[in-house]
Amino acid sequence: MSNSSTLALNTNAPAPVAAKHIPGEAGIWIFIVGDMVIFSLFFLVFLHHRQQDLATFMHSQLTLNLHYGVLNTLLLLTSSWLVVSALKAMRRHAFHTARRLLVLGALCGVGFGAVKIIEYSEKIRAGINLATNEFYMFYFMYTGIHFGHVLIGLGVLTFLIFKTREQTYSAGDRMAFEGGAAFWHMVDLLWIVLFPLLYLVK
Amino acid sequence: MRAATSLTRHLLLSRETAIWLLLVLLTCVSWWLVEGAGAESIRHLPPAWITSAIFIMAFIKVRMVILDFMEIRHAPLLLRLLLEIWVVGVCSAVLAMYMSGTA
Repeated sequence: MSNSSTLALNTNAPAPVAAKHIPGEAGIWIFIVGDMVIFSLFFLVFLHHRQQDLATFMHSQLTLNLHYGVLNTLLLLTSSWLVVSALKAMRRHAFHTARRLLVLGALCGVGFGAVKIIEYSEKIRAGINLATNEFYMFYFMYTGIHFGHVLIGLGVLTFLIFKTREQTYSAGDRMAFEGGAAFWHMVDLLWIVLFPLLYLVK
Repeated sequence: MRAATSLTRHLLLSRETAIWLLLVLLTCVSWWLVEGAGAESIRHLPPAWITSAIFIMAFIKVRMVILDFMEIRHAPLLLRLLLEIWVVGVCSAVLAMYMSGTA
């Protein structure tokens, strides 16, 4: 793998990263891991209920628009890549580049939200809501909670975009940028599982 | 000018970019298996196999995000282990729960 070349690049960077370090504050990881554990219970509860009424779940799933799900996956993956690149730019004190990458990353997140709103409104216009059946109850609840995380993440990215204007990357700034980025990547990885769970499972 | 070029290279020709391309590729493969031409060519396979393969691919993607985007590859062992255990544990539990319903 290209692991050694990445390490070589890091050692050349003006603001090198310690060989082993926790990204962001240790505390943010209690929150991130806790959130991941809660979502893993969501995944299992969904599959458990799916087995109780396989026909309803299979039938309802067919009404979901797979293309929206794929588009949203690609938007969040791209956003994550832009945000990790912004972090690398910050470490090189390339504040202007970092800001532009963060803005693009946030725009991908806004795109995700726009697709989600189109998707919800299509369902609601078709007379489908939380109370329609158990499948849609889980669909609206899980994607809704995830959407809440996207909105919080967008707030965090906006805060970081403003922070790049300070043109500094102190130890405190490192905590904010690494912690904020880690939260945004968690939003991405939860969607990576939610997407096949809700849209693809046969 | 030279600094800008070197920064662009540092950001674009990176492990993170390769990971992003791989993640996009895996997403397209899942799509192809369910909706695209791939669905035709694997129609004879049991759907449970395809779904299991899609879940395994999803958790491989999750692990790539954790290691290379969250930068857990460079985190202390304890944090890395905690997240690796989450990936393997949740992937196994999801597959077991799914399988128990298809038997």
